[in-house]
Amino acid sequence: MIGIEHYLVVSSILFVMGVLGIFLNRKNVIIILMAIELILLAVNINLVAFSVFLGDLTGQIFAMFVLTVAAGEAAIGLAILVIYFRGRGTIAVDDVNRMKG
Amino acid sequence: MIQLVSFYIFASIVIASAAMVIFARNPVHSVLWLIVAFFNAAGLMVLIGAEFIAMLLVIVYVGAVAVLFLFVVMMLDIDFAELRAGFVKNVPLGLLLAVVLAAELVLGIGAYQAGSVALGTPEAGAATVSAAVPNIEAIGGLLYSKYVFMFETAGLILLVAMVGAIVLTHRKSHGTRGQSISSQVQRRPEDATRNVNQPVGQGIEL
Repeated sequence: MIGIEHYLVVSSILFVMGVLGIFLNRKNVIIILMAIELILLAVNINLVAFSVFLGDLTGQIFAMFVLTVAAGEAAIGLAILVIYFRGRGTIAVDDVNRMKG
Repeated sequence: MIQLVSFYIFASIVIASAAMVIFARNPVHSVLWLIVAFFNAAGLMVLIGAEFIAMLLVIVYVGAVAVLFLFVVMMLDIDFAELRAGFVKNVPLGLLLAVVLAAELVLGIGAYQAGSVALGTPEAGAATVSAAVPNIEAIGGLLYSKYVFMFETAGLILLVAMVGAIVLTHRKSHGTRGQSISSQVQRRPEDATRNVNQPVGQGIEL
């Protein structure tokens, strides 16, 4: 039978994978955004798993809100990416220093 | 048994496609692997009876977010080979961090399995799951009663995100001739037309 540990293991592996993705693709902001989506997916799996195995629906409601914020974050992040690309012609973000002043 | 088998199938595909997301050379492939990961995560959630979140995952993530990613990746003309330059250099630090993080998570899960941390039971006022009510109905009942203000706030967040994305990326076009409503409204008939009693046979003044 599937226990909560199964889901916890999957979501922790997914979370670590997302963090690793941010570190490995430090220049490519598109991959970084995708890695953030992976992290949020791991969080959602965790919330849903606890919600189900605890018998409390609140976790699924919160997973929905996390989903909402993730969608907004992706939209704003990609919009910023588009204007950044327009201004500089590249999306390499490891040397973003225009805002130093 | 079938549950366990499908759990392992979904879980292994989720993890493998997550690995492909971060290791793929072409970001378009990364987005496609991300879609695979979301689909299988939705499968994982269906497996334990959270159908609503699973469907939401497919609709919102695959239908909206991943397609948005795909649009942006394909729209921008980016030299992706150049962006991978620091990949190998970042591997040691990234792996170190990943291992430390994974070890901590394993420690936590191991401590839970050892029985030192109890999962607990829902509190008295909690929204408990009953087998008689379907998942979607139960979530709907909770969302529109107890969490209705948070639901509205989520809508506001999406509105702000939408307005923000439009404001950020909207470009005023200079080459086109737009409609000037104020000059249209200010135009009076006496400026625009003449009423002439034209004599016959003299021609008209243009």
